[in-house]
Amino acid sequence: MSDFWSMLFVFVLATFIGLGVIRRVSRLLYTPLMSLTNAISAIAVVGSLVVTGADHPRAIRILGAVALFASMTNIVSGFLITDRMLKMFKKK
Amino acid sequence: MTQAIAQLAAIAATVLFIFALHWMNDPKTARHAVYAGVVGMAIAVLATWAQPDIVHHGWILAAIAAGFVVGVPLSRVPLTAVPQRTALSHSFGGLAAGLVGAAEFSLWLREGPARFTTFRTSALVVEVILGFLTFTGSLMAAGKLQEVRWIPQRPVTYPGQNFVNLGVLGAALVLGVLLVLHPTAAWAGTVFLVIMGLATLFGVLLIIPIGGADMPTVISILNAYAGLSAVAMGFVLDNRLLVTAGALDGSSGLILSIIMCRAMNRSFANVLFGAFGTVQQTKAIGEQKEWKQESVEGAAQLLEQASLVVVIPGYGMAVAQAQHKVRELYDQLTKRGVSVKFAIHPVAGRMPGHMNVLLAEADIPYTALVEMDEINPEMPQCDVALVIGANDVVNPAARYAKGSPIYGMPIIDADKAKTVLAIKRSKNPGFAGIDNELYVKDNTWMLFGDAKQVIGDLVKQFAGGGLH
Repeated sequence: MSDFWSMLFVFVLATFIGLGVIRRVSRLLYTPLMSLTNAISAIAVVGSLVVTGADHPRAIRILGAVALFASMTNIVSGFLITDRMLKMFKKK
Repeated sequence: MTQAIAQLAAIAATVLFIFALHWMNDPKTARHAVYAGVVGMAIAVLATWAQPDIVHHGWILAAIAAGFVVGVPLSRVPLTAVPQRTALSHSFGGLAAGLVGAAEFSLWLREGPARFTTFRTSALVVEVILGFLTFTGSLMAAGKLQEVRWIPQRPVTYPGQNFVNLGVLGAALVLGVLLVLHPTAAWAGTVFLVIMGLATLFGVLLIIPIGGADMPTVISILNAYAGLSAVAMGFVLDNRLLVTAGALDGSSGLILSIIMCRAMNRSFANVLFGAFGTVQQTKAIGEQKEWKQESVEGAAQLLEQASLVVVIPGYGMAVAQAQHKVRELYDQLTKRGVSVKFAIHPVAGRMPGHMNVLLAEADIPYTALVEMDEINPEMPQCDVALVIGANDVVNPAARYAKGSPIYGMPIIDADKAKTVLAIKRSKNPGFAGIDNELYVKDNTWMLFGDAKQVIGDLVKQFAGGGLH
């Protein structure tokens, strides 16, 4: 139960760091920003890995594997397309 | 030992993700952002995979391989399709959160009541509701953006719609509270499934009444939801890395939503429940004036004699895939000493920053892309404002027409330029169904036709010796 407060603490601090950092993001880059944060929030991959890989009943591991597939798709396509777009922004 | 490594990895990944977002503040450093993100993610995945309770490696490898098989082609879509790809990935993010939530719930049911603390069960309910509503809501949004045939493009409204929508969400929340109070009751599993179903239904209902012009805001809101569902998963699994990374994504979605709402002078509630652009057709303002049409030759001459041309692109430019022709026009004009700038409205296109990416793809230097607030003071010095497939974002009615749905929306002051050239596909009003008096002003000249075709013809005038 004590963990609830420390988790909430982490959440609030991380949100404020996020707001501070993202307010400074170049307005030119909002589309790549969104695909980058997509990829980052696919950190759900960590939860999916545990559900898929641990010694759980088969039905649960299937749910985990689908979640892992969905997260991995976001990681791969998110980072690749962000880089593809960012390459296009040239000064001259 | 492995536990300590996992904690260190989580800290390292969080730091790298924060740096990634920090580097997005300038196009010059932005590509570092991707590298930092990839390294952070790799550390997180490997540290989790190395935990001793992970035994089914074959399953993991198969799922990861499938992710690559689908993910790589998804990263190669044309840039005009980036809004629907983004919506689709929000949908996958929501699905992952929802499924992990469902898996955890059934594990807890097996392992006994000790797992169900009030706090963890609440987080689980939030995770599942957010996850599944983001899943179907984003899927609907992606379908609308892709113009899938069986999903209506125009907003679908019916009497009592908001009542039904809020009723569905309310029912899911009430059942959620019930589940938190009695997590081990015999009916808990059934209630859990009903909550999943209601959240899935709510996602669909939420997006049905929303039109294309609101997509930049809706995509941003769904982005925030996807982030928050990851945060909820972090609370459920007691994993700080999920909480920090999810919070970063959530705050990004929140900031973008606020910027998009401000750029339309609307509130979140108004976007989600207002059904913009359906029947709010206002009366034509003043007497019905006639369009004045200009020939391609005449337009080319106007452009050549200008010293400052401001191009105002809108979704129509993306639809016509005209950005490469626009670049050719840009080259022709700058070669002749004309200064060319691009005025970008925050909600032009179908997602935040959409126009910037399309123009960058066409090799237009980003230094020529100017935000609305910076270009507006320059508009009185502008000789020709060239409007390409933009409509509501240049409609002067936003300044004074109190009854208009776009009243109060900040606009690009195209009407203050010495001359306006507007390329328009047809004589129909824009997406919001509102007449645009910019097109009938004394100093406005219309060029009717497909944007790509018209700009191609203009380029030919310059290149083919029609002008020297």
